[in-house]
Amino acid sequence: MRSRSLLAVGASLGLVLGACSSGATPSPSAPSAPASVAPSGSTAASAPASGGPSSNLPTAIGAGEGELDIIVWAGYAEDGSNVKEYDWVNPFIAANPDCGKVNVKPADTSDAMVSLMQGGGGGLYDGVSASGDASNTLINRGDVAEVNVDLIPDFKDISPFLQSPAHNTVNGKHFGVSHGWGGNTLMWRTDKVTPAPTSWDVTFDPAKMEPYKGKVTAYDGSIYVADAALYLKTHKPELGITDPYELTQDQFNASIDLLKAQHPYVGKYWSAYTDEIDNFTSGATVVGTTWPYQTNTLKAAKVPVSAIVPTEGMTGWADTWMLASKAKHPNCMYKWMAWMVTPHVQTEVAEYFGEAPANPKACTELDKTYGSYGVKNFCTLYSVNDKSFYDSISFWKTPQVDCGDSRGQTCVAYDQWVTAFQAVKAGS
Amino acid sequence: MTATTPDGPGSAAPASGPLPGAVRGGGRRHVLAELYRHPRAQILLLLTPPLGWFGIVYMGSLALLLVTAFWTFDSATGRVVQHWTLDNFAQLINQPAFRTIALRTLLFATAVTVADMLIAFPIAFYMAQVASPRTRSVLFMLCLLPLWASYLVRVYAWRVILSPNGPLDWALGLVGLGPAGLYPSELGAGIVFTYLWLPYMILPLYAGLERVPRSLLEASADLGARSSTTFRRVILPLVLPALAAGSIFTFSLTLGDYITPGLVSNNQFIGNVVFEQQGVSGNLPLAAAFALVPVGIMAIYLFVARRLGAFEAL
Repeated sequence: MRSRSLLAVGASLGLVLGACSSGATPSPSAPSAPASVAPSGSTAASAPASGGPSSNLPTAIGAGEGELDIIVWAGYAEDGSNVKEYDWVNPFIAANPDCGKVNVKPADTSDAMVSLMQGGGGGLYDGVSASGDASNTLINRGDVAEVNVDLIPDFKDISPFLQSPAHNTVNGKHFGVSHGWGGNTLMWRTDKVTPAPTSWDVTFDPAKMEPYKGKVTAYDGSIYVADAALYLKTHKPELGITDPYELTQDQFNASIDLLKAQHPYVGKYWSAYTDEIDNFTSGATVVGTTWPYQTNTLKAAKVPVSAIVPTEGMTGWADTWMLASKAKHPNCMYKWMAWMVTPHVQTEVAEYFGEAPANPKACTELDKTYGSYGVKNFCTLYSVNDKSFYDSISFWKTPQVDCGDSRGQTCVAYDQWVTAFQAVKAGS
Repeated sequence: MTATTPDGPGSAAPASGPLPGAVRGGGRRHVLAELYRHPRAQILLLLTPPLGWFGIVYMGSLALLLVTAFWTFDSATGRVVQHWTLDNFAQLINQPAFRTIALRTLLFATAVTVADMLIAFPIAFYMAQVASPRTRSVLFMLCLLPLWASYLVRVYAWRVILSPNGPLDWALGLVGLGPAGLYPSELGAGIVFTYLWLPYMILPLYAGLERVPRSLLEASADLGARSSTTFRRVILPLVLPALAAGSIFTFSLTLGDYITPGLVSNNQFIGNVVFEQQGVSGNLPLAAAFALVPVGIMAIYLFVARRLGAFEAL
């Protein structure tokens, strides 16, 4: 669902203006490399049991198996070949010579990630940077293993709300380590949309959409049904929607109807974030849901846009590093997970990708800017420590039959979301 | 970024039947002599590896696709259950959205093929019958040049051309016409497809037209036929196989595409539905069932194309 690797293509055509190529100078002072995260003097390695009880978890990270195979969102495992100062793969290898080879497989979408994790019966990859809409699926199908977070030294520094979120922690069992997050805000072209919207009604209410017919944008992923549900939660309280990902058939149908009513007003659904940047730059779309990354990029390119958290709240995404249950190199994956949440690596990823880091300790370096993608006061801009901002987010998770509450097994599962959203987009 | 893709059963491609290289001197000569005497054995040895590959990798995956399409997806557990059913096909027929998407994909493939034929014919005719050898090679190069650039780059380039306030709107503005509004739109996607697959129509058509003897055209003119009659009664029947051959490319490439529709329009093709149904959703049976639709369409198409003699023109 989230296509990111197309960025290079867009950028090469000069569609992505400014931000990515702004003449900011790289930070001259190389920051001190974080200390090795591998606990010294660890005893024999014990491979983590797949989905087993907590007592079977490894108590120490053993020696690396020499290699690491990971599936990532483009931009989550940089080796400096794209932008010189953004390199946390080579320092990882330097700090962990026993994991001397890191094989990175970028995936465009959550769908692709799940496919890759399950390919070949599992075990082809050691881990994945899954988003909330894929992580529960991976947990349920047993594709990822429980992780002993005591072996991740920086875990204690991760934002409290990201230590045991529902999208990676089930029944107190951790199935990975949070990496970073962002919210789907409402963005508009300030020169084309007046007055400034305060509510999602500008993307869902036909009367409010009328002036922008054909120029409204919506996210091109089945998970977007939750945005409609979130809107109905406020505007149709009689439906009794409590969680936009746990919808009974009636609530689900109402959400789909809302999306069908929205469809004629949508100019372009976006899936690759470069798509949205292009469309807001050209004016093909002028209002709709976005990630902070696009807003910042557009602002840097002097496109007149603004974004807010509307009164109804918003959906969002949070990514997790997960360990494959059939991982061939579990120790190296543990070391990678530990590495990825160290403050300096979090700084690099947050800046390069444009998202809130899971570990707020990165803010010290982020606020001063690290590399050429840096912005001053990064953590304020991305609301890293803003609890109210975080609380306003309904984070992506996989819709399941089990509602997760007293309603029992009456909710609409994700496969129905996919089919129904396809019908919405087909206009039938 | 090294992509380590699973090789699947293909990595176990048959190593059976190679020449026993270990056999030395006289032994080897003996084997070669035997082979010389038995041409059938030669052919068998030659064809086993490619046919084995074809059988296992291609037919095998198709068979797997076919089988999966008859299995059941359990919504509650998100798992595929090996319980035989026709539900997936029933869903394809009963869901208006799936019908719409299948028909739209088919319509697009047909329209793009026709548009490519109309554009490619004059170009191919000029190249084959009119142009000097020098001009011809320049035109050839111009036809092939776009293929040097990545597919994605070309689609993105077209997006820039079609987008509001883009070069197209600018050019229209110069002659006092309003914005074309082709991005995002279905017509825009059609234009991009027509552009993308044009070389695949020009090349077979050129090959076909080159084989039309000039004398036939002259004879037709001498007998009093107007150029439209010559085209209809002489050229068209002669290049029909080439036209059919080119259309196989344009039709099948459009039918199977799922990137351009999303980049230039809000259209979903069959491929988009198939892709979204697997992955997070994990509904492989429905994805497999829908994936069989273009396979079926292509089977019919190839059958018709063969009747038109397309395979002789390739």
